[in-house]
Amino acid sequence: MSQDLHTQTLTQLAAGLDRGDFSSVELTEALLARIESHGKTLNAFVTVTAERALAAAQRADTARAAGDGGVLNGLPLAHKDIFCTRDVLTTCGSRMLENFISPYDATVVERLAGAGAVVLGKTNMDEFAMGSSNETSYFGPVKNPWDLACSPGGSSGGSSAAVAARLTPAATGTDTGGSIRQPAALTGTVGLKPTYGRVSRYGMIAFASSLDQAGVITRSSEDAALLLGVMAGFDKRDSTSIDQVVPDYVAGLSGSLKGLRVGIVRQHFDAGLDEKCAAAVRESLAVLESQGAILTEVDLPNLDLSVPTYYVVAPAECSSNLSRFDGVRFGHRADNPEDLYDLYCRSRGEGFGAEVKRRIMTGTYVLSAGYYDAYYLKAQQVRQLIADDFRKAFANVDVIAGPTAPTPAFKLGDKTDDPITMYLNDIYTIGANLAGLPGLSTPCGFVAGLPVGLHLVGPHWGEETLLRCAHQYEQQTNWHKACPEDFE
Amino acid sequence: MNASWEVVIGLEVHAQLATKSKIFSGAPTAYGAEPNTQACLVDLGYPGVLPVLNEEVVRMATKFGLAVNATVAERSVFARKNYFYPDLPKGYQISQFELPIVEHGELFISDADGNDKRIGITRAHLEEDAGKSIHEGLDTSSGIDLNRAGTPLLEIVSEPELSSAKEAVAYMRKIHTIVRYLEISDGNMQEGSFRCDANVSVRPRGQKELGTRAELKNLNSFRFVEKAINFEIERQIELIEDGGEVVQETRLYDSDKDETRSMRSKEEANDYRYFPDPDLLPVEISADYIEAVRATLPELPAAKQERFVTEYDLKPGDASILTASIALADYFEAVVVATEATAQVAANWVLGDLAAALNRDGLDVDAGKISAQQLAGLLDRIADATISGKIAKEVFDAMWSGEGGADDIIQARGLKQITDSSAIESVVDAVIAANPGQVAEYKSGKDKLIGFFVGQVMKETGGKANPGQVNKILKDKLS
Repeated sequence: MSQDLHTQTLTQLAAGLDRGDFSSVELTEALLARIESHGKTLNAFVTVTAERALAAAQRADTARAAGDGGVLNGLPLAHKDIFCTRDVLTTCGSRMLENFISPYDATVVERLAGAGAVVLGKTNMDEFAMGSSNETSYFGPVKNPWDLACSPGGSSGGSSAAVAARLTPAATGTDTGGSIRQPAALTGTVGLKPTYGRVSRYGMIAFASSLDQAGVITRSSEDAALLLGVMAGFDKRDSTSIDQVVPDYVAGLSGSLKGLRVGIVRQHFDAGLDEKCAAAVRESLAVLESQGAILTEVDLPNLDLSVPTYYVVAPAECSSNLSRFDGVRFGHRADNPEDLYDLYCRSRGEGFGAEVKRRIMTGTYVLSAGYYDAYYLKAQQVRQLIADDFRKAFANVDVIAGPTAPTPAFKLGDKTDDPITMYLNDIYTIGANLAGLPGLSTPCGFVAGLPVGLHLVGPHWGEETLLRCAHQYEQQTNWHKACPEDFE
Repeated sequence: MNASWEVVIGLEVHAQLATKSKIFSGAPTAYGAEPNTQACLVDLGYPGVLPVLNEEVVRMATKFGLAVNATVAERSVFARKNYFYPDLPKGYQISQFELPIVEHGELFISDADGNDKRIGITRAHLEEDAGKSIHEGLDTSSGIDLNRAGTPLLEIVSEPELSSAKEAVAYMRKIHTIVRYLEISDGNMQEGSFRCDANVSVRPRGQKELGTRAELKNLNSFRFVEKAINFEIERQIELIEDGGEVVQETRLYDSDKDETRSMRSKEEANDYRYFPDPDLLPVEISADYIEAVRATLPELPAAKQERFVTEYDLKPGDASILTASIALADYFEAVVVATEATAQVAANWVLGDLAAALNRDGLDVDAGKISAQQLAGLLDRIADATISGKIAKEVFDAMWSGEGGADDIIQARGLKQITDSSAIESVVDAVIAANPGQVAEYKSGKDKLIGFFVGQVMKETGGKANPGQVNKILKDKLS
């Protein structure tokens, strides 16, 4: 019985726990065993919190026996190592925080724990979430369960690989330019990035504050809906979280797609998109159409500006956000500094990796006196144009559908010497971050044995529509159920 | 000051806002606690934490804006000022840059000729204070105390319209009075709750463009402001007259040596890379909010001063001093209400004996040992001629020492004034009889000797004889 627990989705596991088919402790033990046997191969976890997980599972079982417990009672998940977890190592994939034990819980961590979730561990990630391949992690790259020579995407690559390999039914992620959706696409999982302000950023180590948003990677949209319902909502500790009613996302999954207006962006299918990926995405659009959706072409004229805009705004914010890592109060501190300047230079020089340094330098440059207007201010103006494009498009459609990433998973090491090509991996996802919109990636096929993702973007607060659209699509297809051979 | 030079000064006053908790966290702001006991994770700039604006600072800044006749911005924006320093936990200070909460204010000071002079207030913006570095008692390292980190400050920037150190002090005092009236800052300069930076430049009289300025940092007393600016003016004039050039730089005032010296030049200055803080929403203030705050404003110092002159017929100078502190003004008005004496007499006592006693004992007016009612009681006894002004000083001292109210002390010490003419006459007669020589001199025209006779009578009566009566009787008997 317990041998196949790892194959079940959160929703299925919740039903099994309710029926008493197995206990949370049994479930947790089974998954910890899988992490033990497969975790090293994939390098998906930075920290496995086995003891704490078992204790939490025990508490969940006790609560269940007493008729108590939240909606996630006893259900296991993992957290991207960007979320501060009290008394647990929180590295953000960096040498800078190699030994950082957080003294507090992020709001996301607190809410999921409050609903009874059991945390199996902390997943690997690109350093400070800066990367699209998980290769910038100080703890080494994560491998894609579909092909160990390939990247699982990034920056939430540990979460995507762990979910794809059935080491955990779900994991949290964060998405600044596509860091949930692109890894989901590259690993055949579901990735949801909510509307900016939907989920609190408190306790989520900041990369680019105006773009960062917490979300989830799961094996079905139904599971994403279940988790989002717990994570979402106003938090007075985050001034940018918005006081907006949290709907019952699970209840919102049902209902047909009849009449749903789906926008197709012509530019999405221009050069740059792998032809076989394009075919898979087109096929998925045909499925939606067969379910009653109405496909309409929409125009996002400034879309090609989204990557350059992002690579001004995000580094600018990151250069400032990462200033706090100075070796004074926490994090890596250089040995025997000669003076203050030496302490700063060496602590940061040793603590940060190359990609983080590149972005700090870019960001410092674009904010400098004399360059601010030409870069930062201009980028903010273009950002507004991009947001306006989306607003106009959503006057006529309910969702915009297209590819999540231009290619399937690429080989580890292929793009590490060419940051621009790496950055272009997020070309379809970045727009949603710049405009603060919700986005979701769900599996829609395979190219040469590697998964391809269908990307859905909605208007602000359009999560319900995205989840319903993806869920209904998943009812007609089996792509999201596919499991990498070595991890069945 | 040198007549061929014109001095241009602008002040940046930093007033610590009197909130219970910090500007972006819930940690307390109380002064003097053990290092790092009043700093929470937000103040420490821990990974993942976020600032949340304390709404009280918005109310306080709005009050200030209204009090100086300024525009309170419908929308103001917090920005990050980026620089590295150990006492700045996040590596940036949250401040306001392009869009401050208050702009275009004004206040009036008296210039050298005693005329009103308008000083423009360019802006006032909200920001967080940094922590402080501790070097004492540490051999090879420095300590950091982050208790002060995140303390709310209102930085008030004047136009460069002050023309002397005296005007700069007068302006700073006005701001000090206003923030205390508004109860938005305790104005405690020893604790650093109220301090300023001064931008000082000189130019040949008549020249249009401004001279190069030096910025004097962290002046934390009115006296230092005056001395530092005066030193700096002299330094700049001398430098230019000797053929040198003033360089734009930050200078520190050393109060021990009474001089300013260079801290860092413009070339070494930081590029602060200001940009809007993405963690905080713009502050939006509605017209209704502004009106609600306006309704809570107290009578402001300028209005109170004017009222004291018109309502109580006080000398303008006295009205100005009395209204410099709301506590002193309230005390004065409490005396006036309770006494038969004139308001000017009350003012003389409050600004004279009372102020001297408070000053001597280092007490604030609220902590003085004589209540307004008690002082009024004393003034009543002068007014009804029970005691003379001179005796009143003795009674005042006894009251200050806690011997009770005026009447009790007059009774207990037998200080009641002698107003019985026959009693005074008999003393006068005795004095005249005992001093025949002086009497002869007086009669020969030496009028000044009247003072001698008055003194003798007073001596005989222990100062209790009514001075007016003594004068009159003496003059009658000696004529």
